[in-house]
Amino acid sequence: MGTGTSLGRVRGLGSAHSGSHHWWLQRVTAASNLVLLIWFVVSIARLPVLDHQAVVLWLKSPLAAVPLLLLVISVFWHLRLGLQVFIEDYVHEEGGKIALLLLLNAYAIGAATLCVFSILKIAFGGVPA
Amino acid sequence: MAHNPARPLSPHLSIYKWGPHMLVSILHRATGTALAIGGGVIFAWWLTAAAMSPAAYNIFYHWVVQADPASLHASTQRLANILAKIVGVGLTWSFFQHMASGIRHFVLDTGAGYELKTNRLGSILTLAFSIVATILFWAVIAGKY
Repeated sequence: MGTGTSLGRVRGLGSAHSGSHHWWLQRVTAASNLVLLIWFVVSIARLPVLDHQAVVLWLKSPLAAVPLLLLVISVFWHLRLGLQVFIEDYVHEEGGKIALLLLLNAYAIGAATLCVFSILKIAFGGVPA
Repeated sequence: MAHNPARPLSPHLSIYKWGPHMLVSILHRATGTALAIGGGVIFAWWLTAAAMSPAAYNIFYHWVVQADPASLHASTQRLANILAKIVGVGLTWSFFQHMASGIRHFVLDTGAGYELKTNRLGSILTLAFSIVATILFWAVIAGKY
């Protein structure tokens, strides 16, 4: 990747083959998590009850479903980045590391997709309250 | 060698005094991991159950939030509810600690707050915030469940 000059080495991004992108996305998703999770905690605390009907009726509003969709994307992206660093720091055996990173991606993408589909199904009226 | 108590003890890696900034640093990782796995799984279970059916939601509700007195498993559910409360308090504390510590990281990212006293105070404040916020949160929702 590098051309041998100091600029080329910077562009080559050293032995990690990536630069500050991962770090930056961790901060961006941290900021969006902050806003969306405060909204979520306040919303849950304000629901009079937490039974099925209350949750379904709440999520039928676009003003609840859309922030919750954004929250799912932001939170699962953030936890994927965070656990990736955790695995890279503590698992030094290459095979185990790759297996765990694959498992992490399966968990993050799988659970996030499950959440997104569930929110959309409720929001579009697919679940009778 | 004369020791100046105003200076940090490092870089001798095995000679250091445990401080609140170290505790908050490792807690950020520990609480983040707990939230990512515990919080993520419970949240996904809750939403998926809500989207499946009232019956699927009630399994979540009766095992986690409140036991169903009519159920054959009522006593086991009550035990599970107690366990869920302990996990719930742990996860809400983890959430507030990770949040406060994350905000502290935003400040540190700007290059501010590295003076010994400021750094120490900032880390202690995140601990104070998370404990107070956890108590307040459960005081608010305790009346409902």
